[in-house]
Amino acid sequence: MELLAFGDTGWGDELFYATLMTIAVSITAMIIGFCFAAIFTPLKLSKSKFFNLIANSYTTVIRGVPELLVIYLFFFGGSGAVMYVASIFGYNEYIEINAFITGAFAIGIISGAYSTEVFRGAVQSIDKGQFEAAKVLGLSKFAQFFKIILPQVLRLAIPNLSNVWQITLKDTSLISVTGLVEIMRQSYIAAGSTRDPLFFYSFAAVLYLLLTFLSMKLINKLEIRYSRGY
Amino acid sequence: MDFELMFTSFPKLLSATLITLKLLSVSLIIGLFIGLLFAILRLNKNIFVNKFAYGYSYIFRGTPLLVQIFIIYFGLGQIEYLRSTFLWVILKEPYWCAIIAFALNTGAYTSEILRSAFQTIKLGMIEAGKSLGISNKIIFYKIQIPIAIRQSLPAYGNEIILMMKGTSLASTVTLMDLTGVAKYIISTTFKPIEVFIVAGGIYLFMTFCIHNIIKFLEKKYSF
Repeated sequence: MELLAFGDTGWGDELFYATLMTIAVSITAMIIGFCFAAIFTPLKLSKSKFFNLIANSYTTVIRGVPELLVIYLFFFGGSGAVMYVASIFGYNEYIEINAFITGAFAIGIISGAYSTEVFRGAVQSIDKGQFEAAKVLGLSKFAQFFKIILPQVLRLAIPNLSNVWQITLKDTSLISVTGLVEIMRQSYIAAGSTRDPLFFYSFAAVLYLLLTFLSMKLINKLEIRYSRGY
Repeated sequence: MDFELMFTSFPKLLSATLITLKLLSVSLIIGLFIGLLFAILRLNKNIFVNKFAYGYSYIFRGTPLLVQIFIIYFGLGQIEYLRSTFLWVILKEPYWCAIIAFALNTGAYTSEILRSAFQTIKLGMIEAGKSLGISNKIIFYKIQIPIAIRQSLPAYGNEIILMMKGTSLASTVTLMDLTGVAKYIISTTFKPIEVFIVAGGIYLFMTFCIHNIIKFLEKKYSF
């Protein structure tokens, strides 16, 4: 227990901040994922074969390739790509991207592929009559989407999105290979300097379990909220 | 684009794919047994047995695979007692540590898949078996298990693909699997995109094959 003391003598505060970092990366990645889903879901549902191809190759490639490989691509290739873009605008200095952004982006792209599939499924399972009724009522396109379709999509998507959240949360452990100090990295450092890997990795496992448990509780509440009236 | 690098790295990556496939197949086979065992325990009426099996699957599904590998590879070596037993022969090898972690992990997911498959079997089928005078044991082996396998094929196919991606974590415990070799080539040449295309292409090809095999099996065993 001494090992977990807060302050200079133990690893309690370090692990606490590392847990906050894990939560921050997961939420950022989830939001980035939603942005990707917002772009690719319409492409998937569009009637154009070309758009379908783009969206399908995104989800297939990302879901078929290990997360670790994607993270390595971003870790080693990220600053190169940014520097290339910057050089077009005439900026030639070395740019280093911070590990948080690289990690959140890599995990975000992965989580986005799963979210896209979830949203596609949800939109497709909404009754066609709902779209037609919205049109018949003379609602604007904006109102049709935000007042009629989106609430129903959310109700259908939330249970599956909770799975995506769990996957995203667990994937953040892989960012530790890039040196971002989240739960896994902090446990690695602590295990290295105390020579007590069993304790620290087990504690990391407990922290992850706690996070998944608490987030399930929260999501269940959301689920109830969004299925009012059913 | 450095096409020469892509050509020269392809054979290296391909030979690393063999390790990936070995890890995958061994851990899937062990995992299937673990999964079946725990699925049966989950259906047990004894509350302790039931809770134990639930706890196992909850813990392994609620924590990242990376933590599990690290606990087994770095953590278990710390226990003095284990070092003196014959288990140490296995546990000092990163290869077997990775396989134990993968098998336990996929076992947890498989047990959930099989449990839900067992639960969706219609009671009428078991009753029909009973009324024909078939013994409980044979009902289980000849009626429940084949139906459960068919029911769980699509979900199990996903699990195989997830596990194939999971084997990439073996590279974190010094094993040179496909991802490990890809990372090595990237960090020596600093050409991440080329290597990613080749290694990712190999992974995608494997995903494609697994997907089609499962689809074929689904068709073959559909009723």
